[in-house]
Amino acid sequence: MNRFERLAIAALVLSAATTSLAQQGPVPIFGLMELSGTGATAGTNFDNGVKLAVKEINAAGGLLGRKIEYTAMDTQTNPGVAKALAQKAVDSGAYVVMGPVFSGSIIVSMVETKRAEIPNFTGGEAANITQQGNPYVFRTSFTQSTAMPKLAKYIKDGVKAKSVAMIWVNNDFGKGGHDSMLKALEAQGIKVVADVPTDPGQVDFSGAVLKVKQSNADALFVYTNEEESARALRELRKQGYDKPIIGETTLTGQKVIELAGDSANGALAHVGLTVDAPQPTIKAFDEKFQKEYKYKSDHNGMKGYSAMYVVKAITEKNKKLDPKEFAKALHGAKISAKEYPGVLLDVSFDQNGDLDRESFLVKVENGKQVVTATLPPASAK
Amino acid sequence: MGDLIHLILSGTATGAIYALAALGFTLLWQAAGVINFAQGEFVMLPAFAMLFFIAVGAPLWLSFLLTCAVAMVVLGYGFKRVIVDPLIKHGVIPLVIATLGLSIAVKSIVRAGYSAEAHPFPSAFPAGQLSLGGIAVSYADIGTLVLAGLIVIGLQMFLNKTVTGRAMQAVAQNTDAARVLGIDVKRMVLYVFLINAVLSVVAALLVTPTYLAKFDMGDSIGQKAFFAAIIGGFNQTRGALLGGVLIGILENVVGFYVSPAYKEGVALVLFLAVILFRPEGLLGKAEERKV
Repeated sequence: MNRFERLAIAALVLSAATTSLAQQGPVPIFGLMELSGTGATAGTNFDNGVKLAVKEINAAGGLLGRKIEYTAMDTQTNPGVAKALAQKAVDSGAYVVMGPVFSGSIIVSMVETKRAEIPNFTGGEAANITQQGNPYVFRTSFTQSTAMPKLAKYIKDGVKAKSVAMIWVNNDFGKGGHDSMLKALEAQGIKVVADVPTDPGQVDFSGAVLKVKQSNADALFVYTNEEESARALRELRKQGYDKPIIGETTLTGQKVIELAGDSANGALAHVGLTVDAPQPTIKAFDEKFQKEYKYKSDHNGMKGYSAMYVVKAITEKNKKLDPKEFAKALHGAKISAKEYPGVLLDVSFDQNGDLDRESFLVKVENGKQVVTATLPPASAK
Repeated sequence: MGDLIHLILSGTATGAIYALAALGFTLLWQAAGVINFAQGEFVMLPAFAMLFFIAVGAPLWLSFLLTCAVAMVVLGYGFKRVIVDPLIKHGVIPLVIATLGLSIAVKSIVRAGYSAEAHPFPSAFPAGQLSLGGIAVSYADIGTLVLAGLIVIGLQMFLNKTVTGRAMQAVAQNTDAARVLGIDVKRMVLYVFLINAVLSVVAALLVTPTYLAKFDMGDSIGQKAFFAAIIGGFNQTRGALLGGVLIGILENVVGFYVSPAYKEGVALVLFLAVILFRPEGLLGKAEERKV
């Protein structure tokens, strides 16, 4: 064996060892999270939920015996930054990408994960996210086109309102919700008498609330992000608004209640996930989350946590770490909370990546969400 | 008509808060030739300081007083000694850059310590409304107007009616002449920094229940206050008042009658108009400086 042959064999052995190490090394999962900017509340909660699940999964042996290496990156709630970070996650060999949470960011960033054929979970609720034929995007919450009809029905039958005023945030999330809600209200024969768009990050809601009061609507629908929801609630109470205030998930979120204080009392909402739901899996999550982070999770924390357990369930079903196979297997999948308590509620995914599960109607009383009704999954009807 | 009056009243309350921060801009400029681009962060820091004192058990009023004391030391004396004094001799530009850097540094530190999330802040005034001739005005707006009004009137009286206040004005008008007259210029300038620190704490107390305590809450306040000071006249304390209140009212009126989407642009449009047609500001006086 000459010197060249010895070198070639050494290189081959080194290469094989490196490949083997890579296959046995940690599973890279990346988080594109709104850790600053207007989406900081949502992103931080989602990120904490993911981290808690990763910690538990790793403690239980990881994914198919390999530890998860989770890296969270701050999108600054900026779609351009989110897209660049998605590219970075792809280049780093991500198995799955978590986030962004904001609709406006995922719509831009998912182009990169789609191109690389990597499954991408999002907290975004805008209807158009899953209507673009992307087989690699999956939701962690309801799409607006599923949630709004449920809520409109409640406004008609539960609140018995014939006219509604709307305050909504003029970004992808808000506009999607606004459009879906307009259709849903029209289908229920409810008239929209004031339609008030607001800016992302808006501080002063005095003019918006005055417009709502002037409209004399039977109820108000508020669809804004967390901080704006809290400011809107504070202004509504400041101006003595006394009609029902209704929202979808965000309005009665834990962070909104914390920020709005007493002003949140009386607010009603349809929520996909709430730590105050009576299910034992959710109670267990609530305890673990509070123990870990010393505060109560909002729905975004639950979204991040349950999404990571969806990753575990599908990976174990596939018995291999193949992103393409993962995406294929998740379309049409049903995951039982009995088998995987981390998914929190029985959940199913359709061919678009939209999910379906039970949901809840809640009211804020004494600074706490109180579940007033549990609604069945849309597919159960 | 009732709506308009309501908008003007609540706009005046908001504008009064801008005015408090804007007053800081004008006072520092007049007395020390300093443009403090970290003025917004000077409002944000006391908000978090008050939250800290509340968290350790102090009631809001005590937290406010303790924060005033801390702010006078850190944002008044400390800012002057550590940043302004060493840099002022090099001119305005190095100081502008230094305060811009300070703004970024302070935000990063608060973000690292308190996270990027917003935090609730208690209101100094009770919830509810008072009906004034059929127009419902919140106690928060009334309280803000009264407190900000008292501070502003008190400050004007201090500047115009007391020996120290007049000495401070003399320093603002002509430092050399003031020194010749035996005025302790250094001390007068220090007083201005201390007053600016207290004004920032008051602005924080009034604005944070609405803005929520967040590391970047000073961005918007600092920007509005700067615009207010320019609009009213950078070399006039009364100008800062006028500028702040004008922005507050017009933002409310435009947000209601035109569209909330244009609300944030009001201050900028006013600022541009003033810069173009009356660069010295609405109440300002044209002044020349040696370069």
